[in-house]
Amino acid sequence: MNHPALLETKNAFGESTVIADPARIVDLCRHLKDNEKYVRLSGITAVDLYPAEPRFEVIYHLHSLDRNQRLRVKCRVGGANPEIDSVTGVWRSANWYEREVYDMFGVLFRNHPNLVRILMPVDWEGHPLRKDYPVHGYKYSYPSE
Amino acid sequence: MKHSFEDHTATIPAVQETPATPSAPRRMTLNMGPQHPSTHGVLRIILELEGETIIKAEPDIGFLHTGIEKEFEQKNWQQAVTLTDRVDYLSNLSNNLVYALAVEKLLQIEIPPRAQWTRVMLTEFSRLNSHLVWLGTHALDIGAMTMFFYCFREREDILRIFEMFSGQRMMTSYIRIGGLALEPPRGWQQAVGKFIRAFPSKVDEYEELLNANPIWLRRTQGVGFISLEDMLDLGITGPMLRGAGLNWDIRKAEPYSSYDKFDFKVPVETSNDVWSRYRVRLQEMRESAKIITQALEGMPDGPWQADAPHVVLPDREKMKTQMESLIYHFKIVTEGFRVPAGEVYQCVESPRGEIGYYVVSDGTSRPYRVHMRTPSFGNLQGLPKMLEGILIADSIAALGSMDFVLGDTDR
Repeated sequence: MNHPALLETKNAFGESTVIADPARIVDLCRHLKDNEKYVRLSGITAVDLYPAEPRFEVIYHLHSLDRNQRLRVKCRVGGANPEIDSVTGVWRSANWYEREVYDMFGVLFRNHPNLVRILMPVDWEGHPLRKDYPVHGYKYSYPSE
Repeated sequence: MKHSFEDHTATIPAVQETPATPSAPRRMTLNMGPQHPSTHGVLRIILELEGETIIKAEPDIGFLHTGIEKEFEQKNWQQAVTLTDRVDYLSNLSNNLVYALAVEKLLQIEIPPRAQWTRVMLTEFSRLNSHLVWLGTHALDIGAMTMFFYCFREREDILRIFEMFSGQRMMTSYIRIGGLALEPPRGWQQAVGKFIRAFPSKVDEYEELLNANPIWLRRTQGVGFISLEDMLDLGITGPMLRGAGLNWDIRKAEPYSSYDKFDFKVPVETSNDVWSRYRVRLQEMRESAKIITQALEGMPDGPWQADAPHVVLPDREKMKTQMESLIYHFKIVTEGFRVPAGEVYQCVESPRGEIGYYVVSDGTSRPYRVHMRTPSFGNLQGLPKMLEGILIADSIAALGSMDFVLGDTDR
């Protein structure tokens, strides 16, 4: 597998991981789907490495039915407004997965068709799975009706 | 007699007969749920209707979100097993298993055959449990009330077996990191044997009630079509895919917990509608029963916990005579065990599809991050596509054929 967006390849516990350039993620995903037959996007998630910078790891779990293989693609994003391109154009299933990552971590996905909260209420403040978000939450008041 | 998708939706001309204006038919937005009984939990679907035809459907989820992934980071590794039960409350043992397998992969510990076989047997029981609840409630939605009583009759026996093994009917937490929570109880062979000998005839009963039932056939055949390409692209897994002719089951494709030592078939149907999903699940119940019979007959002897003193609690008797056991006990109870730093993704075939846990450890006694790729979340994403263009009455059958659990969706 060769692609200019690939930075590093790792193998641990029988699972392959590639680290990719976040600026070219859509290009890479398109290549993996069309040429490497990773037809399924099994899920997207993130890990908060607070206080490291870049802070977030966005993780894509891909699955090829033909070759019965799985692949993990990782991108590091950070800054005050962590952003990465949406892969909804490659796999439609990315829609909800990316909304969940946005909801829980506050990573923004550029060109996402409908980037709104999915699990938390729409007027929720903060992103619960960030490491600096307290487990009991901030005191939350419902907007007056 | 099979209807194609097109002529099914082309019936009921009343939709076209009542337009608001001759040029544009009147559209209505309807909220289904979150308390609608046939959404099986708290799912809200915003339906846009033209007459009785669904033009657009948009699921609204999150009503059951309890922040389980955040809670994982507060528990130690072994305590977190109890959280996995509460995700998908109809197949708890599949969740227990996938979490235990993921952490065991990080710890690189070997699980003895007896524990592996018991795990397989009990996860197959939980598949039966889940499919029985699905069949009972799905049939109830469509109008066959007797099925509900029949299915819950057998489910009760399965819950009794769970109680016998773990002391709990639903939140079993029986599969732990390093093996099982308790030694299988005395006399389990009799209880399991009695159930499993009778079970195939019970499945015959279900089929007798439904297979030739004209109402059941009319309400399931040709309803809820969604193409295989769309399903793969939208993240649908499990019996839905097998009902569309794809022979993919993680138990066969990526065998775990010695599933490769069992002889079973993966049922595949091709008609890709509610009927084919019903056929797949019913045959899966028969296959599960076969696996349980094999586990019962060939259950190996030996230890039921791994030989890993730093992970598994020591025997109480040994603690009275051996200092190492006492020290390990103290360490495990007060601090928990440490898991080497690393990341793994482990998936198993749950009754609903691919359930995958992505577990990250930073080398401490608590998980750094646990992400659950749950089948219900992935499957529900395909719902709008499946509901588009079908009648609102059929949406109940189509919804039910997905077999989602909202606890599993919202976590």
